[in-house]
Amino acid sequence: MLLMLAFGTWLLAGCHRDDNIQWRLTNVTGHMPDLDFQLVDDHGKKVSGQDYRGKVVLLYFGYTHCPDVCPLTLAQLHVVMQRLGPLADGARILFVSVDPARDTPEIMHAYVNAFDPRAVGLTGTPREIEALSKRYRSAFTREPDRADGQYEVTHSSAIYLFDGQGKARLLSTPSNTQDEMVNDLHLLLSLGSKS
Amino acid sequence: MSRRITLPLLLAGLLLTTGVGATEAEHIHASGAWIRVLPGDLPAGAYVVLENTGDQAASLRGAHSSRYGEAMLHQSSGEGGVNRMAMVDELAIPAHGKAELSPGGYHLMLMKAAAPVTIGDKIKVTLTFGDGSTLDADFVARPANATGG
Repeated sequence: MLLMLAFGTWLLAGCHRDDNIQWRLTNVTGHMPDLDFQLVDDHGKKVSGQDYRGKVVLLYFGYTHCPDVCPLTLAQLHVVMQRLGPLADGARILFVSVDPARDTPEIMHAYVNAFDPRAVGLTGTPREIEALSKRYRSAFTREPDRADGQYEVTHSSAIYLFDGQGKARLLSTPSNTQDEMVNDLHLLLSLGSKS
Repeated sequence: MSRRITLPLLLAGLLLTTGVGATEAEHIHASGAWIRVLPGDLPAGAYVVLENTGDQAASLRGAHSSRYGEAMLHQSSGEGGVNRMAMVDELAIPAHGKAELSPGGYHLMLMKAAAPVTIGDKIKVTLTFGDGSTLDADFVARPANATGG
């Protein structure tokens, strides 16, 4: 019995290194920089990447005037969070606006909370947002104005997953299933801050 | 079995007598219509399945609603890992086939709500087809984080 416990502990310790975890999403460990930014959250407070250490972060770029794909993605992430149950408290969805001209913290606050209580809306100066986008090789382009003065923003669809230490770990694209996302988040959340 | 044959025959007979000048709208059946309501005055996506029971192809050209200042037919695409939205002039609904407006694909973009739309409201949207004929459909207002029709 003691031996089994010892073996179990050794297994757990082994898992901390997590070299042999079979991820379903794209593993980007060691290929992308740590989570780092200077932005404003949906309460109007200045925040940095450091403020989310200890949480598994799902980083997604979008904008609130996007009526189709952004809400679809956030609604799917909400389902993922629900499927994680209480574990989801260890995760945060960071929705970064690629349209800071229209997305004020107030608008972002109402928007993200319509999807999930663990979602945070981040906005900032165009320069700050571009810096974060470039850091993760994401891209966005403001399309020409329509006759009514409104416009669309074309943007990358990937979701970046960071562990509790702010290390970039996984990349989820629209071709990944919800099951794959739930599976990998379970693993990422159970790595936790035990190490 | 005989019922399955007589009904189309009966319908065909009706069409022969009255349907010479039938419009596209008369052959379109709309189902599962809903709107994803977003906070404030943000544009909303609207979705519906359009079934064409006619022998002729039809096309959706546009929409309008007294509850919104503007409605546009759009298509989202995600080639190369990039999300893009474009206006489209028409969406084909093949004869005896269907066209789906669904999240991540074709959708109506509803803008400038006349008054705040409440979850559960039924919003009348008038769909316009290629020959100018129209069809009214009730779209159910659903919350932002709804996942499907």
